[in-house]
Amino acid sequence: MTTEGGLRFEDVTVRYGATTAVDGVSLTVPPGQVVGLVGESGSGKSTLARAAVGLAPVCAGRITLDGRPVPTRGRRRPLQMVFQDPYSSLDPRMRIGDSIAEALPPGRSRAERRAEVERLLELVHLDPGRAAVLPALLSGGQRQRVALARALAADPQVVIADEITSALDVSIQGAVLNLVRELQRELGLSLLFISHNLAVVRYVASHVAVMHDGAIVEEGPAHRVLTDPCHDYTRELLAAVPGSTAPDRPRRTP
Amino acid sequence: MWRRWRGVLRTPLGLGAAALTAAVLVLAVVAPMLWTDDANAVDTGNILAGASGEHWAGTDNLGRDILYRTLVATRLSVELAVAATAIAVLAGLVLGTAGFVLGRRSSRLVSATINIAVAFPGILLALFFAVIFGVGATGAVFAIGLAGAPVFGRLTQTLVAGVAARDFISAARIAGVGRLRILVRHVLPNIAEPLVVNATIGAGGALLSFAGLSFLGLGVQQPDYDWGRLLFDGVGSIYVNPAAALAPGAAVLLAGLAFNLLGESIAKALGVGVVGGIPALGPAPVSLAAEDAPVEPAGHDGTDLVLDVRDLEVTFPGARGPIRPVRGVSFGVRRGEAVGVVGESGSGKSLTALAVSRLVGEPGRVEASRLELLGHDLRARDSRAQRRLLGTSLTMVFQDPMTSFNPTRRMGGQLAEVARHHQGMDRRAALARAVDRLRAVRIGDPERRAHQYPHEFSGGMRQRAMIGMGLMGSPALIVADEPTTALDVTVQQQVLDLLATIRAADDVALVLISHDVTVVGEVCDRVLVMYAGRIVEDLPAADLAGSARHPYTRALVAAVPDMDTDLDQPLAVIPGRPVDPADVPPGCAYAARCPLATARCRAEDPPLESDGTGRRVACWHAGEPIAVEIADREEVEV
Repeated sequence: MTTEGGLRFEDVTVRYGATTAVDGVSLTVPPGQVVGLVGESGSGKSTLARAAVGLAPVCAGRITLDGRPVPTRGRRRPLQMVFQDPYSSLDPRMRIGDSIAEALPPGRSRAERRAEVERLLELVHLDPGRAAVLPALLSGGQRQRVALARALAADPQVVIADEITSALDVSIQGAVLNLVRELQRELGLSLLFISHNLAVVRYVASHVAVMHDGAIVEEGPAHRVLTDPCHDYTRELLAAVPGSTAPDRPRRTP
Repeated sequence: MWRRWRGVLRTPLGLGAAALTAAVLVLAVVAPMLWTDDANAVDTGNILAGASGEHWAGTDNLGRDILYRTLVATRLSVELAVAATAIAVLAGLVLGTAGFVLGRRSSRLVSATINIAVAFPGILLALFFAVIFGVGATGAVFAIGLAGAPVFGRLTQTLVAGVAARDFISAARIAGVGRLRILVRHVLPNIAEPLVVNATIGAGGALLSFAGLSFLGLGVQQPDYDWGRLLFDGVGSIYVNPAAALAPGAAVLLAGLAFNLLGESIAKALGVGVVGGIPALGPAPVSLAAEDAPVEPAGHDGTDLVLDVRDLEVTFPGARGPIRPVRGVSFGVRRGEAVGVVGESGSGKSLTALAVSRLVGEPGRVEASRLELLGHDLRARDSRAQRRLLGTSLTMVFQDPMTSFNPTRRMGGQLAEVARHHQGMDRRAALARAVDRLRAVRIGDPERRAHQYPHEFSGGMRQRAMIGMGLMGSPALIVADEPTTALDVTVQQQVLDLLATIRAADDVALVLISHDVTVVGEVCDRVLVMYAGRIVEDLPAADLAGSARHPYTRALVAAVPDMDTDLDQPLAVIPGRPVDPADVPPGCAYAARCPLATARCRAEDPPLESDGTGRRVACWHAGEPIAVEIADREEVEV
């Protein structure tokens, strides 16, 4: 991962008062790649994501996109994020089409915006004719598709997906993961895919970084990290996956 | 949204308040047009007259009819109240949203300003403005309006803070939408309802305040008159003609009441949603036949059953008739057995657990042809003996360990309470047992930990302490409802290991409810798969992965990626969405999503039948091969 492009975190530190949530993290999401970020709650992975989009204060270090600082002001936002809870991330009073249109880059006619919203809904496999419905009429999985469409509307270079399937029922999770993979392949999307679920990350990501106590303890190609981990903490995580068949998994008392 | 607002009119109080408010408003418009001349007609021959057939409320010191004057004064009184409320709401909105628009640092300053202003007495503010604007209606409007502003400011600030924390605000920010635009587009529409409600109540309050100010002589001045002014004039002659004071007094009372009650009715209707009168539920759906020929829980001789549930139904009243989230569930749990219950949200799995623990609250109703814990009938009325049985033999572990403990009491004391209450131990012995139990659930340094408060425990430790609390007695059954969903994977593993150890050591039975098929498959001996309030399959956990027979079970297992999932294939998905418990279709509830469904499935609900090997399945096409289907589109069904 020596490419200059993509999303780069360089020695990023985020502090809340006396607590250091992210401690000197360096990570790169190369163009067209999916990097999985795993770790437990409190490991700082979501804080890292929020820092990238300007929702958490960066105390030290730099976050760059294609070599330039990530813009956190103005209408043009090349870094987008999809949130965990689709019930909280869509305005309940706004039609889904309007929510998506809001994220479109400025300078388009009304008709162009409408056509673009329809294209995006089609892209995430929702009926474009339903742009006028309110989120309350959609299931969790459908809402998460709308949230994905909204992120794509901004024509982003990189999308951060923060635990986007963990609030969904397992039956819906699969469909959203399929969509993420399909979008990534079709659009050549760069993705920072954050999840505590190793099986989910394994399915989506080509690279995996493991975060623990605010620092990245291991990083590398997904198949290598998940089959032949170097760090003890990664091994511990792998052993804890339910139904895991890892050879060094401790036997459970019957 | 309008449907919710219409809910206001469904209650007698709401309807009455709305009618009264409408009457006041109509009177405010109409009365001055109709009766101004009558109200101003001076009759010097009839000064300060008492109530009579001609003047129902008597006359004032110029012989003017007080009833007419009271009616005509409606407009000015309501106008002033509405104007003052508008000022209060507008000023409050500016104050309350300033922090959001200006950013973090300025918001502290605004917050402090509001705090000080809220503490400032309103009447003093009113007197202060009366001095600035002079005694009269204008001063009074500003005084009452601005005195009400801090309260609305605080309210707005709280509401805005609640909305601002939601992700859609962050999403709009990331999309590059400016703060002011976010405020107008996302924040204000989402706080409008509570603001309108409070403004309505505020208008009632303002009406009373005006009456008070005018009565003190600080409000409306002659020759104008509002109700307060009429009251002021009438009180002077209260011994001669009580009606002169009573008529405007009654008007103030009625109008104030109308606004307040309307506001509260709206708040109630919007806050709790539209719940019509609770419809009468039909008689218990358990027939005698069901009692005589129960579905035999497979593989049990009935003697070592810890828990025996037959035909369990849970019913809630709904707007369109009773809703049955659990529709006839039968199963048994043997001593030392671990039974998993899986299903999507809304499948009724958690309610089944709550029903077993007698924790289904009003207005829910639990019915069953048999519901026995260790041979004791749990359907009997709540009694001391039964509470003791539940308290010592059954342990419930919930998803969120933080809300399961009282945050203001030490952990040791909370655990000890169980032993003191149910086992009659003294304080010292109970506390010693609590420490012992904390040790049993592998909490290090239990003596010190027992003196700590719940917030000093980590999530996993709290969950273990919760299990420890259940172990204060000698439970025969642990019911764990999503015990690890809020926990991290490594902590989840510790909790699951702990449950397994306890089960092995004391032969305790376990009912583990989870949406995660892999967790259940790993921990349990037997798995019950629930869909739309019914058990659709009951099978050994070892058979989950390879030989499940119900298409829903197979789809659930296939939908979850594990560490061996083929990366080149899309994940299997279950098309459609789960059944709404309020709207269960006839026939098999899963038919609409099932690739094997035929006409028979849509017409006839398959019974849960034992196949003779101890497995049960409810499907007309159990075990038939399914072509792998990859549906990539979730249809929007409205």
